[in-house]
Amino acid sequence: MKFLAARRRQPVVALAMLLFALVAVGGVYAAVGTVRPAEAAGAASSETQVEMGKQLYLEGCSSCHSLQAQGSTNGPTLIGVGAAAVDFQVATGRMPLAAPGVQAAAGPPQYNKEETAALAAYVSSLAPGPAIPNAEQVDFGSADVAEGGVLFRVNCQQCHQAAGQGGALTQGKYAPSLMNATPVQMYEAMITGPQSMPVFSDSTLPEEDKKAIIAYVDYLQNAADPGGLSLGRLGPVTEGLFLWTAVFGALIAVAIWVGIKAR
Amino acid sequence: MTEISTGPGTGAGEHAPAKLGYSPVADIPHRPRVADTDPKAARRAERQVSSMFMLSMLFVVLFIIAFVAIDKSANVYLPVFGVVGAMNITLGFTMGAAIFLIGAGAIQWAKKLMPDVEVVQERHDLSSPAEATGEAAANYERGKEESGFARFKIIRRTLIGAMVLFPIPLIVMLRDLWISPPGSPSPSELLTTTLWKDGTRVVTDPTYLPIRPEDIPVGGLVSAAPADLEEVQIAEGNLNARAKAAIILVRMDPADIVSQQGDGWDYQGIVAYSKICTHVGCPIALYEQRTHHLLCPCHQSTFDLADSGNVVFGPAARRMPQLPIGVDVEGFIVAKAPFAEPVGPSFWERG
Amino acid sequence: MSTTNPTVSSPIEAAGEGVATYVDQRVGSNKFLSRNLGKVFPDHWSFMLGEIALYSFIVVLLSGVYLTLFYKASMVEVIYDGSYVPLKGIEMSEAYSSSLDISFDVRGGLLIRQMHHWAALIFIAAIAVHMFRVFFTGAFRKPREFNWIIGVGLATLALAAGFSGYSLPDDLLSGTGLQIARGIVQSIPIVGTWGAFLLFGGEYPGTDFISRLYGIHILLVPGLILALVTVHLMLVWTQKHTQFPGPGRTNSNVVGYPLMPVYMAKAGGFFFIVFGVCTLIAGLVTLNPIWIFGPYTPDQVSAGSQPDWYIGWLDGALRIMPNIETYLFGYTISWNILIPAVIMPGIVFTALALYPFLEAWVTGDKREHHLLDRPRNNPTRTGIGVMAITFYGLLWIGGGNDIIATSFNLTINSITWFLRLTIFVLPPIAFVVTRRICLALQRRDRDKLLHGYETGRVLRLPHGEFIEVHEPINYKEMAVITSKTDITPLPAPVKVDADGVANPYYRLKSMRAKLSHFFYAENIAKPTAAEIEAAQHHVAHDAALEAPLHAYEDADELRNGHGGVLHHLGMADTNSKQFAERTEQ
Repeated sequence: MKFLAARRRQPVVALAMLLFALVAVGGVYAAVGTVRPAEAAGAASSETQVEMGKQLYLEGCSSCHSLQAQGSTNGPTLIGVGAAAVDFQVATGRMPLAAPGVQAAAGPPQYNKEETAALAAYVSSLAPGPAIPNAEQVDFGSADVAEGGVLFRVNCQQCHQAAGQGGALTQGKYAPSLMNATPVQMYEAMITGPQSMPVFSDSTLPEEDKKAIIAYVDYLQNAADPGGLSLGRLGPVTEGLFLWTAVFGALIAVAIWVGIKAR
Repeated sequence: MTEISTGPGTGAGEHAPAKLGYSPVADIPHRPRVADTDPKAARRAERQVSSMFMLSMLFVVLFIIAFVAIDKSANVYLPVFGVVGAMNITLGFTMGAAIFLIGAGAIQWAKKLMPDVEVVQERHDLSSPAEATGEAAANYERGKEESGFARFKIIRRTLIGAMVLFPIPLIVMLRDLWISPPGSPSPSELLTTTLWKDGTRVVTDPTYLPIRPEDIPVGGLVSAAPADLEEVQIAEGNLNARAKAAIILVRMDPADIVSQQGDGWDYQGIVAYSKICTHVGCPIALYEQRTHHLLCPCHQSTFDLADSGNVVFGPAARRMPQLPIGVDVEGFIVAKAPFAEPVGPSFWERG
Repeated sequence: MSTTNPTVSSPIEAAGEGVATYVDQRVGSNKFLSRNLGKVFPDHWSFMLGEIALYSFIVVLLSGVYLTLFYKASMVEVIYDGSYVPLKGIEMSEAYSSSLDISFDVRGGLLIRQMHHWAALIFIAAIAVHMFRVFFTGAFRKPREFNWIIGVGLATLALAAGFSGYSLPDDLLSGTGLQIARGIVQSIPIVGTWGAFLLFGGEYPGTDFISRLYGIHILLVPGLILALVTVHLMLVWTQKHTQFPGPGRTNSNVVGYPLMPVYMAKAGGFFFIVFGVCTLIAGLVTLNPIWIFGPYTPDQVSAGSQPDWYIGWLDGALRIMPNIETYLFGYTISWNILIPAVIMPGIVFTALALYPFLEAWVTGDKREHHLLDRPRNNPTRTGIGVMAITFYGLLWIGGGNDIIATSFNLTINSITWFLRLTIFVLPPIAFVVTRRICLALQRRDRDKLLHGYETGRVLRLPHGEFIEVHEPINYKEMAVITSKTDITPLPAPVKVDADGVANPYYRLKSMRAKLSHFFYAENIAKPTAAEIEAAQHHVAHDAALEAPLHAYEDADELRNGHGGVLHHLGMADTNSKQFAERTEQ
């Protein structure tokens, strides 16, 4: 303690305290921010898929989307949204809504595959709507990545950012990062237009084009960084931050070393 | 070097000849370094420095090996870095280390083995001595007298006139930075006209497919262009037409449309707006289908496409220009008229 | 020097001497060397900030020359056929295509491209921080005002160099920047529209601009920077470097290390360090991955489009500006663009350039200054500096508000509104707080002179009282603290003199007096000799009272032989003696 007491007035102590306070505040913020709802345990049922979906719907969804699925002040109508919309929203964990907010956030899915399929079957039984794309529709193996890049830059990057990292929309809404999106989810999102996202119909953006876009996003998801550390592929903001902290910090550290007298 | 540095308490001041004009600082007590007093430490420092230079040479060799041996498209996984290009990271590291070590060695040499006694040097008056100033003034007077600059009023004035005028041609010649053929439209006319006119078909960008109204579902967004854009672009060899003609089509529930820039400018809830921001010209297609807001990613101007494209937030002062649309006999979407106001950023003559 | 030197030992040295003689007989270089090889340079880490700028500029020049060998400044459309698969067969400008070739097909090309860009970012950052150092220490004062102005010119040119280079690859991100630049030019009243058409050779984007920008980027701007850097360094050389206050350092000397060998080794070594850091960073960290952005076309944009850091504040200003436009007699004035992008930066750079003259005028200071100010000793100047940094920082936040919004779950709208308000509120608060902190630090300095420093060691007196041990400050600190010069604010002018004649410059002079008062009236005066003496009496008195305690203290094992006393017996004496010495100088 004497060691500390004797040095408590050194300027470096103030700096250390400040750093400590910042880390503490940041830590608390991060801890509070990452609380996620526990995964709901899914129970299998032996009833028919639609019947099971209806039960799940009544338990988990009807409080917002209403008993007949025609919507309420808390949630939009689900009549005609189709199986694709249900599969997208439920499989990405956006629905059921974890917390009210400007936008449903992706998270761990609350229903297992079987339950999700049942919900989708039930909602699509109410009225026809976009179906979940089949394996052939999202098979992008032979698609042209370069063509996909062009289509991505025209149709997607204005919200999802050139590298698919996502971006800000108005009033706290945001376009999510595409780094974890699966081909099926991407396809579903394009044909159903979840939340703020517009719909990209098969007439104006044919299936082949969608495959190409998925191929390009798949490329982005797996692309190496030829130039080294990617800095999140977020552009000049993170580059500037890195410059002012790491690079300039290193240069000033060397400058100080040059000036210190040798022992 | 070792010879000097191992002597105790050596400093530049002690060896400096007087004419160099500096001397040791009297009131700073000098604490000798370890290398000053301990020959072993001095040799250690010498080894440190020389091994840095040696390593530097080694890294140059490694650089050359890497340059020749590594395939330029090869990737490598590194912890923290992720999958990165093998070539860039190896070349950068070896070359950087080679250069860095020269610097580190030189500084270590200076710190450990060169004199560390601070010396003092007097500053001298910056202003010139009086006699120099006098001499300069006398020379100036003589020159003025001999040239007759003061006497020949007419020469003086015409010289000043000539000096003022001679740069003008240099500025005038800048006029043809833009070679506009005789009779070509003025800048403000060019900024006001686009390819759109009555009957121009709206096609998808970049695939140039004509669009039927039923192709766009409610909530749908299409980035679109005039049908003749591809042709014009190739003929002109630039992107100028594209920069002005880009539009977006969105479809909303007709009941959601609060107002439009003209009566019946939509077609069954499909509205067409310019894609070029009225602030400083970024292309905008961040369309939120629920709120019908269009957000510019550059400076966040927000426009309400359900309400005449009016500005609801941000620095843009003017609404987004709307393109009136309808369908032609074949059922494809066409423009019903040109844009009624200039697209893109404001300009002086715009009014 | 031309005669054979007996100390020359090796054939190489002999050859070197031969060359020196050969050159000297033609240009008289030995006269220069004899005067300057022993030139003394003061040593401080903050004096190396300018060196970082200089060395990174050299790296930029070297890597830039390499890039010119491969880059094609042409907007002609070509079909890409390089090795980056996701762009194969895509139409793009030759500029972008050649930039991709540099990145993927020229071995080491990406390294050089990233080195060029990183070094450029470091160059501008180093200029900024170097300017802070010069500003906060008052190094711009007489006789260095010219060099300050040259520095402001260099900073402006560095921005121009950076922006023009950022635009050359003709990728989608840089093209978006150019589009904004054109929008700004177009907003200038009367000449803007024509100016934009002339600059771009017609409508946007045209086919001329990249090649025009290229000439500006590789010839005009670097040429000007080189010329100004040369003058900048020549002035530093002739005026000699400023130094921080310290033992033996006065306004009329320079204390440091001679050019040959210490400074040469350190500065030369530091060049390699900066060069090495630029290379390492270029090898390890991606900068501006143009292949992700795609080729430029005027109808596409990516979310999160930002300029490089040094333009970020202007972009931020554009973002937070409310949408004001005036329509007058058929003409448009776009205040929403003019104010943030033209008028505000114009005012900032003009104020920056004129500041040394403004301060000299306000304070009536005509002396030469070679000893640097400690920032606390000029609280108003320091406050102005921190105010400017706060202003800049807020605009900077504006420039990245979308990234900040998505990273911290905020809304861009609320960040914008926050900035619209705080841009007027926070800078003045920063000014007041900084000024107060400076004055408090001055008080502490005064306290240290009178009473020594608080050691943090607490002693319990026999009668139970606790007391903190004060010790005299050391000679270095003494020299630093006593370097402060007390400045009296200018007196208020007389309105009408004794003869009843009105002072014609009364208003100007009275404003000047008020400003001078604002600058200096609250400064804490250095203790006078009388005050020191009074403190000395007081301390002597205390010391006498405490004398019996010293025995107690010495016996106290817990003290570990620190040797401190309540009031060091010799302290008052030492302080007043050193103080007298300082003030004599």
